[in-house]
Amino acid sequence: MKKSFIPLAIFVVLVVFLWIGLTLNPREIPSPLLNKPAPAFKLVQLHEPNKVITPEALRGKVWLLNVWASWCATCLQEHPLLVEMARQNIVPIYGLNYKDQREAGMAWLRQHGNPYILSAHDLDGRVGIDYGVYGVPETFVIDKAGIIRHKVIGAMTPEIVQDKLLPLIKELNNG
Amino acid sequence: MVNKLLLSLLLACSFSLSHAGEAKPTSDDPVLEKRVLEVSENLRCLVCQNQTIADSNAELAVDLRNQVREKLKAGQSEDEILKYMVARYGDFVLFNPQMKSSTWLLWFGPLLMLAGGAWVLIITLRQRRKLQQQMPVLSAAEHVQAESLLTEKNDGQKNIKDAS
Repeated sequence: MKKSFIPLAIFVVLVVFLWIGLTLNPREIPSPLLNKPAPAFKLVQLHEPNKVITPEALRGKVWLLNVWASWCATCLQEHPLLVEMARQNIVPIYGLNYKDQREAGMAWLRQHGNPYILSAHDLDGRVGIDYGVYGVPETFVIDKAGIIRHKVIGAMTPEIVQDKLLPLIKELNNG
Repeated sequence: MVNKLLLSLLLACSFSLSHAGEAKPTSDDPVLEKRVLEVSENLRCLVCQNQTIADSNAELAVDLRNQVREKLKAGQSEDEILKYMVARYGDFVLFNPQMKSSTWLLWFGPLLMLAGGAWVLIITLRQRRKLQQQMPVLSAAEHVQAESLLTEKNDGQKNIKDAS
């Protein structure tokens, strides 16, 4: 009785571990930037190349930084969500146009709608590296003190927005 | 003959051209390039997770290699560069996991399992030896009896075989 129980116990433990392993997404790597200040940058704006944008200028408000590119197919998938969020005025959304040609980026926004208050133009992807970007699209939630509070890797879904982003933004806005 | 020569010249040219195209982002300094590769071999490509950024041709890997090159040129040490990458991409960017409290299980887990296996083996062997020691020792008379029983059985089998 006791002997037959031990292999069964080992088996059950293995199954539990494998089960947990299956539900994890290996592409989602926790960012070391969480709860750290958003890295500083100074980039030209996508639409107005003679104007710059810095995250410091956005101190005092909760905002989203959405990394996007016209060559990124997954960005198109989440784009309607961003447009809808912008329409409802839920939170100011800023874009980081990542390794994209200016013309292509602007054309993409004309075609699919522009949810961004403005987009920074990260032509060489250097700012992307500072933000640990490895899979566009990525979205950062940045609080009033300029601290990164959350990062979504890959396309946002209505569930992520409803269950995670909206409550978090509300909380940060009240805090 | 002239044609052949022209052709080989053309081939040589096209080869060197394509080669130049590939080697474009690297610098001319072979010592530096060697260092770039050495450092890159310790960094994971996050797009293609089982490759290092030295192996990968993903765009991000190329960018990160350029970053490594720039930092080496600026005189930074390998350690500083690895720290720079970890600050942005997390520990996962290191191809060889660091030795620290949160990775002890990773490093020593297999050894622990080996030790566990050895322990189970030792226990089993001991139990078996104990069982062997507990086996009854036969007296001379019992031996004879056992012998006769065994031969009887063998004879019986032989008989059956003969009959068939």
